[in-house]
Amino acid sequence: MPDASFVGKALPPTAPYRVGREKVREFALAIGEGASVCRDVEAARAAGYPDVVAPPTFAVTFTMPAIEAFLRDPAFGWDYSRMVHGDQSITLHRPIHGGDDLVTTIHVDDLKTRAGSHMLNLRCEVADTDGAAVATTRLLLVTAAEAGS
Amino acid sequence: MTAPGPAIAPEVGTELPPLSVRVTRADLVRYAGASGDFNPIHWSDRTAAAVGLPGVIAHGMLTMALAGRLVSNWVGDPGAIRSYGVRFTRPVVVPDDDEGALIEISGKVSALTDTGPGERIAKITITAAFEGKSVLGRAVAEVAVPPS
Repeated sequence: MPDASFVGKALPPTAPYRVGREKVREFALAIGEGASVCRDVEAARAAGYPDVVAPPTFAVTFTMPAIEAFLRDPAFGWDYSRMVHGDQSITLHRPIHGGDDLVTTIHVDDLKTRAGSHMLNLRCEVADTDGAAVATTRLLLVTAAEAGS
Repeated sequence: MTAPGPAIAPEVGTELPPLSVRVTRADLVRYAGASGDFNPIHWSDRTAAAVGLPGVIAHGMLTMALAGRLVSNWVGDPGAIRSYGVRFTRPVVVPDDDEGALIEISGKVSALTDTGPGERIAKITITAAFEGKSVLGRAVAEVAVPPS
């Protein structure tokens, strides 16, 4: 049973994540994103960006490990093995690009239990190391009810 | 900061050029490595069966990313996308063959808003279908487009 006392709380910020140029290229390749600004530094600079631009969903690749660490923490009591991803949204306050150092703070926005199924709403506030907002991601995670519950 | 893309003159109701994407097991392995999501339901038949799935399924985030390409292809610059959200309504089952799973993506401009001098935001309502059934719900992206 997840611990509802986490609702409304923010977890300690993560260590900065360095957005690697090759990681952005690798991610763009994996999703078939062919835009030159994602792969070619000169094209990105010509378009006014400091370095290659991350596709919008790239933000989830570095927020998810922080979320997973929280969900696997026995103090919270989440059944990670029975979880499905219900929804996801990403708001970019500016584009993420190679060379960014990004800090994620997870907020536990809501936890509901209905017929033995838990619905958890998390929000990640992503900022640069000066504290300027870069992205906000929101997600709903659901665990199926256990048999017999 | 917008890369030169195709000349677009969006109006409410404008349909974006549709996109069909084939996803194979190799694509799932590549996405697992690139994203760091190594959940075995995305590569192990044994694990997928054990948790009651009809087979290995694509990462929801991969389906979301592929559907997002509809918008980035249209504007020519993924950096122009300001927000993007989806609900995951149905899994995309990816067989262990050369054909994989076919995801058909379409979308249209559902709103246009002037947000400042020389900037407009287009709201794009996206649909993504696998085997004729929708796999994403409430899929909406907001993207900066040239002023009218």
